Amino acid sequence: MTHQYPALTTEQKKELQEIAERITAPGKGILAADESTGSMGKRLNPIGVENTEENRRRYRQLLFTADQRIDSCIGGVIFFHETLYQNTDDGTNFSKLIKDRGIVVGIKVDKGVVPLAGTDGETTTQGLDGLSERCAQYKKDGADFAKWRSVLKISENTPSELAIMENANVLARYASICQQNGIVPIVEPEILPDGEHDLKRCQYVSEKVLAAVYKALSDHHVYLEGTLLKPNMVTPGHSCPTKVSNEEIAMATVTALRRTVPPAVTGVTFLSGGQSEEDASVNLNAINNCPLTKPWALTFSYGRALQASALNAWRGELSKEKAATEEFIKRAEANSQAALGKYRSSGSGTAAGKSLYVENHAY
Amino acid sequence: MTHQFPSLSPEQKKELSDIAQRIVAPGKGILAADESTGTMGKRLEKIKVENSEENRRYFRDLLFSTDPSISNCVGGIIFFHETLYQKSDSGKLFPQVIKDKGIVVGIKVDKGTAGLNGTDGETTTQGLDGLSERCAQYKKDGCDFAKWRCVLKISDSCPTSLAIAENANVLARYASICQQNGLVPIVEPEIMPDGTHDLLHCQYVTEKVLAAVYKALSDHHVYLEGTLLKPNMVTAGQSCAKKFTPQEVAMATVTALRRTVPASVPGICFLSGGQSEEEASLNLNAINQVPLNRPWKLTFSYGRALQASALAAWQGKTANKAAAQEAFCSRAKINGLASKGEYKASGSADQASMQSLFSASYIY
Repeated sequence: MTHQYPALTTEQKKELQEIAERITAPGKGILAADESTGSMGKRLNPIGVENTEENRRRYRQLLFTADQRIDSCIGGVIFFHETLYQNTDDGTNFSKLIKDRGIVVGIKVDKGVVPLAGTDGETTTQGLDGLSERCAQYKKDGADFAKWRSVLKISENTPSELAIMENANVLARYASICQQNGIVPIVEPEILPDGEHDLKRCQYVSEKVLAAVYKALSDHHVYLEGTLLKPNMVTPGHSCPTKVSNEEIAMATVTALRRTVPPAVTGVTFLSGGQSEEDASVNLNAINNCPLTKPWALTFSYGRALQASALNAWRGELSKEKAATEEFIKRAEANSQAALGKYRSSGSGTAAGKSLYVENHAY
Repeated sequence: MTHQFPSLSPEQKKELSDIAQRIVAPGKGILAADESTGTMGKRLEKIKVENSEENRRYFRDLLFSTDPSISNCVGGIIFFHETLYQKSDSGKLFPQVIKDKGIVVGIKVDKGTAGLNGTDGETTTQGLDGLSERCAQYKKDGCDFAKWRCVLKISDSCPTSLAIAENANVLARYASICQQNGLVPIVEPEIMPDGTHDLLHCQYVTEKVLAAVYKALSDHHVYLEGTLLKPNMVTAGQSCAKKFTPQEVAMATVTALRRTVPASVPGICFLSGGQSEEEASLNLNAINQVPLNRPWKLTFSYGRALQASALAAWQGKTANKAAAQEAFCSRAKINGLASKGEYKASGSADQASMQSLFSASYIY
């Protein structure tokens, strides 16, 4: 407690910080293309595509071969294990393809959620066993960052203290192990948007969860400058009757982060959760325009919010691949602008959105 | 844990936030004039002045009745209980004198340290009993902020988890109670500079202590925008063989704060500890020049580092009053500049030679 047994050398720290900065360079964010096999099934079924290894390969290919327009928008791509070892049609390994175009390669390393006995359906996340060896191998195979998702939910009795503490602890262990292997850990404590709770409740819970996460990271001697945070935005629950504006979401989100995320954290890369592509961009844009001091990069780590249109345009057809790639590029550029606070949404009524914002509301 | 039972209304939050912003307005810091009777005795003994109530009153009056321009660099003054009810030569109560200058009045509310049994001389701080009622009264008597000092030390075995957890908790309880009564709590987790440890060790301990403090503040539902932090700068121990430059002190200090203090905290007002007046100003200045994102104000809450010259000039003699006030004014102005990173020490080595001692690639 009083003596420091340095977890990392100066060189290791420098490398981690540089990786984190590259991923969240101005105007850049992350493509979360790490859907597990099961999750990919949920994406492919609705567009009538069979969930085969080849189809998953073809689909990721149309994203990864997008032209140079994405190089200024995408700082990192998160891979699922299978994808890291797949190739393009002409035999180029995906990881190498991404790395060679100057985009940082990331890898999902958790092994899914498991129940916490004695709670109301709450979970922790597994995947720590042999994690160090796996990280070392992923580093050799081209990965420079990793992602681990913990999940919490809001209801009458949740999240419980146990769920908050256990998930914070497992995230900190994961982060510590990653850093030992030259891998920047993205710390993802997702609070699901399901429920009838309002904006304030989500903000309150987010603040408690994040405070616990950063205490755990401190306890586990994690080097914050070499980490990224992937939180939910602060929003009302999906079933909440009260609607709020993008500015209110932005203010609640930035306030929660300002109260909990130390300035040393290099970047905050939001998950999109259940948001539509447009909402995810407009909200990110509002966040970057929030008139409070924001000492970290605020950008995206989107899965569905970058891919929904692309999937829809593709529908598994060879002839539609270019069109699908175009849809992806469009969203990548939109979110790049949003990360700079310069996104002009076409069509949605931003004026109507602003009128809902309560000026004097103390968050 | 899941439901919020709001501890403060929006109006209460706004009031606290406004007070904190006023105290740390650009170019301003705090005069810590809250020396207890015993501590004042130590200051007066040095200049061979009797530690009488009148002498204490006279000296505080000397400071408080300085030229009104002092309010350009002093945003708040911390009082000791006795002083809050004393009057200036002109018969005005001190809080009123200060308020008339547009300076915020603060009050020390802790009741000193108490031993933590089973530790190697570690302490916690007492003063929670009846604190709410005391705060309510202080608010009526003109105070808008409070201060509570906890103390930790670095040694082979210290600080222990107990000392860190206990002091963080008591600071959070104090902060919570203050806010209920409209007082902005200054949270002071001082890590003493005594010891042979180096800069890195102090940084490590400071990071652990501050992480515990902010977790406790979160657990106790304290409104961070309505608080201030009063930490030690990160320095090597006083008996450390190796010396460090202001730039190294500044980098280690800002790094530790960036890793632990949320951006919503409006201001960080350093204690001067055992530093000389000039050291305290040079270090604060260097802190405000560190090329890292610093989302809070970084200013001073100095006792000795603002008053040493004034005391020395006064020597207890009425004839020296103007000279003493001049000395105090001078340090206040210098620290005001340092809080903006604009202090140019005359006669000191130029910037270039100072910078050459700073190892730019050193990762803290």
